[in-house]
Amino acid sequence: MSEAALQPVFVNDAKHRVKTLEELRDLAAHAHLLQTLVQRDITVRYKRSFIGFFWTMLNPLLLMIILTIVFAHIFKFEGIQHYAVYFLSEYLVFGFFTQTTVQSMTSLAWNGGMMKKVRVPKSIFAISTTLSGLVNLCLAYIPLFAIMIFQGAPIKATVLFLPVAFLIIGAFTLGVSFFLSALAVYFEDVSHMYQVATLGLMYMTPIIFPISIIPQKYLWVIRINPLTHLFKLARDPVYLGQLPAAHVLQASIVSALIALVVGWFVFHRMSRNFYHYL
Amino acid sequence: MNAFSIEFEDVALEYRLSSEGAISTFKEWAIRKLTRRMEYRRVRALDGVSFKLEAGRTLGVVGHNGAGKSTLLRVAAGILQPSRGIATMRGSMAPIIELGTGFEFELTGRENILFNGALLGRSRADMKARIDDIVDFAELGEFIDSPIRTYSTGMVVRLAFAIATTVDADILLLDEVLSVGDQRFQKKCNERIAQFREKGVTILLVSHDLEAIGKTCELALWLDHGRVRGMGPAREIIEDYRDWVAQVNGTRMDVGADSSPDFGIHA
Repeated sequence: MSEAALQPVFVNDAKHRVKTLEELRDLAAHAHLLQTLVQRDITVRYKRSFIGFFWTMLNPLLLMIILTIVFAHIFKFEGIQHYAVYFLSEYLVFGFFTQTTVQSMTSLAWNGGMMKKVRVPKSIFAISTTLSGLVNLCLAYIPLFAIMIFQGAPIKATVLFLPVAFLIIGAFTLGVSFFLSALAVYFEDVSHMYQVATLGLMYMTPIIFPISIIPQKYLWVIRINPLTHLFKLARDPVYLGQLPAAHVLQASIVSALIALVVGWFVFHRMSRNFYHYL
Repeated sequence: MNAFSIEFEDVALEYRLSSEGAISTFKEWAIRKLTRRMEYRRVRALDGVSFKLEAGRTLGVVGHNGAGKSTLLRVAAGILQPSRGIATMRGSMAPIIELGTGFEFELTGRENILFNGALLGRSRADMKARIDDIVDFAELGEFIDSPIRTYSTGMVVRLAFAIATTVDADILLLDEVLSVGDQRFQKKCNERIAQFREKGVTILLVSHDLEAIGKTCELALWLDHGRVRGMGPAREIIEDYRDWVAQVNGTRMDVGADSSPDFGIHA
């Protein structure tokens, strides 16, 4: 009897419906795999090319140079000091959001072969993509802080709020990743359509320009865009040296929770049939 | 304690696909939904499969292409959920189905061993302790610290086999692993499988290689269009299956060589 109790029994029953709690437990049991996936993502990215690591640093630097020239000297937005810092403090998180959501789609399709051969919780790929995106995001702050020091922009203690901002932005990104990656399994053109959409999103969010240049009649677009509030969480502590306002924080947390819950359930529902489409 | 390690009770697996395969673009889907030209085709991969396998036995699954062999293995592994019936597995399972699953060609052999270990649900320390054993078995030598894109196909396959079989599981599920590498290495593989049998590990394996199944397995199960045509001593079942294939084809041919195995090793 004691031996039977020790023996793990796995029952694959047609009538069983996997509940959220069960899948979360399954994920917890695969924590080691999650860690390994993130490590693999990062090693593969930086391994082969020496420039790989520096590219993460170089990319925002080059962008800064181009955009500073274009917007600080040609278009001349009024009243923006340290334009590069203004832009990058939000562009970095925007980059994290778009890259992670796009990658989550390819990552699920790429790892599809693996899912057909080993039983792993399917949500693990979106989670690992988001986590490795967060690691890259943290690295991208090194050149930003370097620019700030170089330009004489003050770095205040409010930057310590960034981890909280990353957590909320990360949760939102994960929710969107769940949703998009599930859709991308069924439709391969979703990824192309989404890439166009991200361009639109960039202009619906005050990243490049100050919100003050938006005509009154279009202001609502910016206001209802959850990204506006979410990205402000990262900009305010760095650029303004202020903690984000309470209503910004509230709006961000609410949109992150909605994205996470909706994304999770859509993914959960659609993942049942992944096997036949991957 | 139940003596059966693997028990399938009336397991069926059916799914719906749009009639022209999976619709691959959203545009197409939207157009079809709007014009109501959506037809579905039911695919029945398994159709009421029932069998029991006692602990410590080795069962080989045979059948024509598309008979449901791999599906059966995937239901056992929990990768696919059946649409009817219950599959029960008693004992710890090595969840790997195909060799080389999850190999990353940019990473070294060593890194891949650790990653594969994680996929198999084993800790880093556990895998580190086994690395020497794996390298030794796969005959990789100093190549272990080179990216596996520099390996020959034989080396990749040997590494995959070594990783997949360095496990302490009660049940081993293997898809197309018997025709790995050259003859000398195949002999080593067979010895290792024999070791598992001696240790009392239950093995369920799928292969196109009837010859190898006859050698490795005591029992065989013949699947035909998702149904069990027979189960019993491997030699008898294989003989029946060969006769049937000969009948269908009009001439007796060696079905053992019908297709080359796909190890699923893709980057």
